[in-house]
Amino acid sequence: MKKTVLFGTLAVAGLTAAAASAATLDDVKARGHLNCGVVTGLAGFGAPDANGVWEGFDVDVCRAVAAAIFGDKDAVEFVPTTGETRFTALSSGEIDLLARNTTWTMSRDTDLKFDFIGVNYYDGQGFLIPKSLGVTSAKDLDGATVCIQTGTTTELNLADFFRANNISYQPVAVQTNAEGQQQYLAGACDVYTTDASGLAATRATFEAPGDHVLLPEIISKEPLGPLVRHGDNEWGDIAMWTLNALIAAEELGITSANIAEMSAAPTNNPEVNRILGTEGELGAMIGLSADWAKNAIMAGGNYGEIFERNIGENTPIGLARGLNAQWTDGGLLYSPPFR
Amino acid sequence: MSSMSDSPPRESFRLSQLIYDTRYRSLTIQVITLALVCVGIYWLVSNLLANLASLGLQPDFSFLSSRASYDITSSIGTWLVGYTNAGSHFDAALVGLYNTLLVAFLGIILATILGVLAGVLRLSRNWLVSRLMAVYVEGFRNVPLLLWILLIYAVFSEATPRPGDFRVGDDGTATASLIWNSIAVTNRGTYLPAPIWGANSGLLVAVFVASLIGAFAYRRYAKKLLFDTGRLLPMVWPLFAIVIVPSVLAFFVLGRPVTLSYPELTGFNFSGGFQLSNQLMALWLALSLYTGAFITEIVRAGILSVSKGQSEAAAALGVRPNRAMSLVILPQAMRVIIPPLTSQYLNLTKNSSLALAVGYADVRATLGGITLNQTGRALECMLLLGLVYLALSLAISFVMNVFNNSMKLEER
Repeated sequence: MKKTVLFGTLAVAGLTAAAASAATLDDVKARGHLNCGVVTGLAGFGAPDANGVWEGFDVDVCRAVAAAIFGDKDAVEFVPTTGETRFTALSSGEIDLLARNTTWTMSRDTDLKFDFIGVNYYDGQGFLIPKSLGVTSAKDLDGATVCIQTGTTTELNLADFFRANNISYQPVAVQTNAEGQQQYLAGACDVYTTDASGLAATRATFEAPGDHVLLPEIISKEPLGPLVRHGDNEWGDIAMWTLNALIAAEELGITSANIAEMSAAPTNNPEVNRILGTEGELGAMIGLSADWAKNAIMAGGNYGEIFERNIGENTPIGLARGLNAQWTDGGLLYSPPFR
Repeated sequence: MSSMSDSPPRESFRLSQLIYDTRYRSLTIQVITLALVCVGIYWLVSNLLANLASLGLQPDFSFLSSRASYDITSSIGTWLVGYTNAGSHFDAALVGLYNTLLVAFLGIILATILGVLAGVLRLSRNWLVSRLMAVYVEGFRNVPLLLWILLIYAVFSEATPRPGDFRVGDDGTATASLIWNSIAVTNRGTYLPAPIWGANSGLLVAVFVASLIGAFAYRRYAKKLLFDTGRLLPMVWPLFAIVIVPSVLAFFVLGRPVTLSYPELTGFNFSGGFQLSNQLMALWLALSLYTGAFITEIVRAGILSVSKGQSEAAAALGVRPNRAMSLVILPQAMRVIIPPLTSQYLNLTKNSSLALAVGYADVRATLGGITLNQTGRALECMLLLGLVYLALSLAISFVMNVFNNSMKLEER
């Protein structure tokens, strides 16, 4: 009996501790900054620049969320995570949000107790190979040595692809993209495989990008998105609607150039007004100020601006919008209405 | 002084004696400490379980039997288990365990050889030799093991030709070629000729094993003869002949049952032959060199602990220095050497978990790496991993204790 009481007390103590950390928004506000998990370094998606300031496509999601909460896009502490450490960092509470080209899968959403808040990049797994090998199809890769980041969905897709096509390969497990790039360039592997966007970003940093080609096969669906811990829906809502606000802003023509003008007084478009807080109380519904979305969009521009600046066709990474265009342009980006 | 034969008056036991009576005090302290430790452990475990429960996670080991669906670089482990990505997470852990055992076993052997050699040479009267050994010891002992692993791996992977360099180009020459037409050293591994066991090869192996037994018997006989009569039989050449000659004769008599398959460049990589991966080589060499440096110092300390009189006595009896070292000094030094040597073996085994740095698929990389990530079962995997290393360490300690007991000074 006594034992049960003791156990009960301890369990309650544990629960209260957990309950205290469940209100992530309060924790973040009390701390004064957002802890955001990012990649250890992938050009265009998340990497520190020459001055040590983090920038990139995923990094801008972190900044937008920080701006929505604090009105300050620099109120973020970036925590570099590897494919192996990212989930532990998130579930232990070390980070509040993970924006690190992470594939949305069912088991991660359910078994690992996370919530994906949307997709910020629709991707697929590809292969990067030196032109000199003369390979034109992934099906000709029989016997090849393949560099693969361990702890990722690509590792499993790779096994499935080679098994399905009845060809063999030798995996070389690497921890980070930088290590993969180094091994690939040193010739320790014939092929490097990861998400096609990541391959393009990696190739852009090579001395001679033209000597390497992406094979035409895309062997998987990789919807990459930010995620939060399961169980704190208020926090998940904030992150989800911040991302939606960025996407909707592009659709509605809100840009960093015209946002000051559009938010100064109500415009003719009621949805724009609701997003920018000049009409309605959408901000209060998620526990933020009325100009939360305006701050989020001002942090780095709308989705299209973030895309073009970090990974778009005018950057060294040179990715086309493709699936990541707005639904009105034949892409998959489709934000639910702000109403 | 009172008489010692007076028995003290018998007192009834009082509770305060537990604290004030030296007869009971230590017992009291031990009981209290034990209770505190138990409560502490209980608190930690229940806190963990309560927090996991509040996160909705329950410790569950059923993932071990589910399909792993990832591939592991070919190695002794995958070959022993017959691993494919259709195997279970348990199979993958087993592959890792075999690979850990392999590198630990190879590492312990090489580190011991290096350590004993360098330890003896470190005491050499030759200035250059002893200084060189000092440089080896200080160089390896004072730089983190991880750096050595990465450095040696970098040498293997950057300074060696790619498989493609062996291909004959348009100008009719290749930039790299096989050593003796049979060994390919590439940046992915070293490919050696592998034996193909034909008919009658079992017989050949039997002959070889028999000649090994014969060699041991000869050595035993020679030792007995030496101790009984003082007559010295030659060792090196007879042993060599006993081991080699019958096998070579049998090889030709049986019509060459064993042939070699040579590595051949096909497609992206060499195939055929036996591949020694660079990951294994780098890890093995780095672990051995690093631990060997510590063993060197242990061996040196052991030899120095044997009193000088022993070698002088041996010299006075006309024993030559080499023989004095192996028959008089080292057996006595062993008693000082073995206990710290055991710790070095344990260190080497546990340090093999740095395999991760070069992508060698040891148990840390499979069970504690890929499986952990793909299933998200961090607690369970780490617990299992801890148990694996604990079991390995206890097994090594057990073997070394048995060895130590056999080397103990026989008291007469």
